[in-house]
Amino acid sequence: MTATIDAGTRRVTTAKAISEGIAQEMRANPDVFVMGEDVGPYGGIFGSTGGLFEEFGSTRIIDTPISETGFIGAGIGAAVEGMRPVVELMFVDFFGVCFDQIYNHMAKIHYESGGNVKVPMVLMTAVGGGYSDAAQHSQCLWATFAHMPGMKVVAPSNPYDAKGLMISAIRDDNPVVFMFHKGVMGLPWMAKNPRSIGPVPEEEYTVPIGKAAIAHEGSDVTVVSLSISVQHCLDVAEELEGTTSVEVIDLRSVVPLDRETILASVAKTGKLVIVDEDYKSFGLSGEIVATIADKDPSLLKAPVERVCYPDVPVPYARVLEYEALPTRDKIKAAIAKVTA
Amino acid sequence: MVDNDTRVDFYRQMVRIRAYEAALQANYHADKTPQWDIGAGLIPGEMHLAAGQEPVAVGLCANLVKDDAITGPHRPHHLALAKGVDINKMTAEIYGRDTGLCHGKGGHMHLFDPEQHFSCSGIIAEGMPVAVGQALAFSRKGTDNVAVAVAGEGAANQGAFHEALNLAAMWKLPVVFIIEDNDWAISVARDTATPIKDGSLRGTAYGMPSQRVEGNDVEMIYEACKTAVERARAGGGPTLLEIHTVRMWGHFEGDAQAYRGDELNEANERDPIPAYEKRLLSAGLLTEDQAAQIKAEAEAEVQAAIDFATSSPEPKPSDAYLHVFA
Repeated sequence: MTATIDAGTRRVTTAKAISEGIAQEMRANPDVFVMGEDVGPYGGIFGSTGGLFEEFGSTRIIDTPISETGFIGAGIGAAVEGMRPVVELMFVDFFGVCFDQIYNHMAKIHYESGGNVKVPMVLMTAVGGGYSDAAQHSQCLWATFAHMPGMKVVAPSNPYDAKGLMISAIRDDNPVVFMFHKGVMGLPWMAKNPRSIGPVPEEEYTVPIGKAAIAHEGSDVTVVSLSISVQHCLDVAEELEGTTSVEVIDLRSVVPLDRETILASVAKTGKLVIVDEDYKSFGLSGEIVATIADKDPSLLKAPVERVCYPDVPVPYARVLEYEALPTRDKIKAAIAKVTA
Repeated sequence: MVDNDTRVDFYRQMVRIRAYEAALQANYHADKTPQWDIGAGLIPGEMHLAAGQEPVAVGLCANLVKDDAITGPHRPHHLALAKGVDINKMTAEIYGRDTGLCHGKGGHMHLFDPEQHFSCSGIIAEGMPVAVGQALAFSRKGTDNVAVAVAGEGAANQGAFHEALNLAAMWKLPVVFIIEDNDWAISVARDTATPIKDGSLRGTAYGMPSQRVEGNDVEMIYEACKTAVERARAGGGPTLLEIHTVRMWGHFEGDAQAYRGDELNEANERDPIPAYEKRLLSAGLLTEDQAAQIKAEAEAEVQAAIDFATSSPEPKPSDAYLHVFA
């Protein structure tokens, strides 16, 4: 399900896959443009716009002042008038200075207008921790965005999906919040899982928004995850091959949430572990459990284990941060517990 | 210079807007009985009316064409009517009907008319960056259209105002920023919220031509807007106009306005419409009979719009689930 076409043998980073997807859409459609802080000659702090400025210049790759309310609002206005902006919010943590534009305008205009005004815009943003950037630069927050109606929310775990989801996001007539984890970008200056570099076709292709992937098939336990945590889950699933058969579901998007794929897998395994780097309470993991409780609680043959970010701000010191982060050891322990 | 036909037209438009606001006011309160309940009646919810601010809308919109855009604030009716938004659909929206601009999903603070590129936002100043983006799109698409952001003087203390001005000036976009200074941010007087008398200085600080327009005079407002709109259309970048106007009624209907004291009487004496009528009468551009006829025609048009609204069906309850996504 992950690969709809042959991915070929070329291997690129997620950052390169994203910028390549944007570039291909920009070549095809003059209404697509990019704006944000340091998206120009710098190429995006996390590489999401690498090489675009050189090809498209300053009229289509627009470096903005530090003015998130201003330029996200400008993205909305441009989208309302028929353009397809890709706007970067450098860190998702910065949403606090501009959320009115995001949830009161970007997300609501289509509904408020009774469907008469579309906002075809991508809000691209870096999420996640693991590199000691502390409380204001390390959060995931996808459930915060997902909680507010009107935005699609995607979070790829690998280069192939990142490119296909970005192309889908740009073509979508709705606002799409595209959340890339810094740890999956394949950055040369940050420790990374080898899964952050992978096969990506050179041609354009789409990955549908709202369809989860079975990233690893299994029958003993369902592990639902997204973004960088999928990489950890796959490492664990491969390590446990021969002892425990682990089914890893990569949600790929939080909105829409592919509840059917989750339910079908839990119906098969009866055991559920949720791995989510976002905060534990009032969020995605609870929503997944509610999905099963709403449909048929008897699907579960054991209590659910949630490996999530505990309800604390992200601490700075490595030992503190890794105490809180979802890790392979915690995922293994959770799988052991539900399958015991 | 404004020609004589245009003067009469300005008068007609201001009378039309006032007739609209007065009818909404009367109908809004008519069925909030026996105990006043903001959510009751044919027009439920908050209601912000713009009596006194008609010269801003009329003077501005006389310079705009259909494909120019306006983002308005929570007090939007005068702007919508002057811009050319369909009065029937707009009224039906305010009455929460399926025939409304937004099928009853927006209400009076969230009027969207893509045909007239008109929208408004209930969040103070937050419509202003959106206008900057509309101007960016106009400029990228190679049109000569202009985007206008209208907000109150209270909004000029909000960050979005400053960010919008900075972006528009930096990128030299075809935007006209209009601050309607009606002296009051709900109950907070301008003098207690804004440390400078002339808010246009803030535009100067961002490097754009700026002007404070006193007098609430439709012709002076028209001339100031003409200069600003022509500059924007010609590629000369944004302008900030702070227009001193008057809020004759409450912030919202039901606002007792005890905080205004004698100033409220003075404000009503500054009603721009009788003053303009007097000018046109004494200049021989208008007769008493013509003025009465213009008022009667406006009232009839407004009543027809209300009849359209009240005879229109409500949305289906299940429509609440439509339009979250395209």
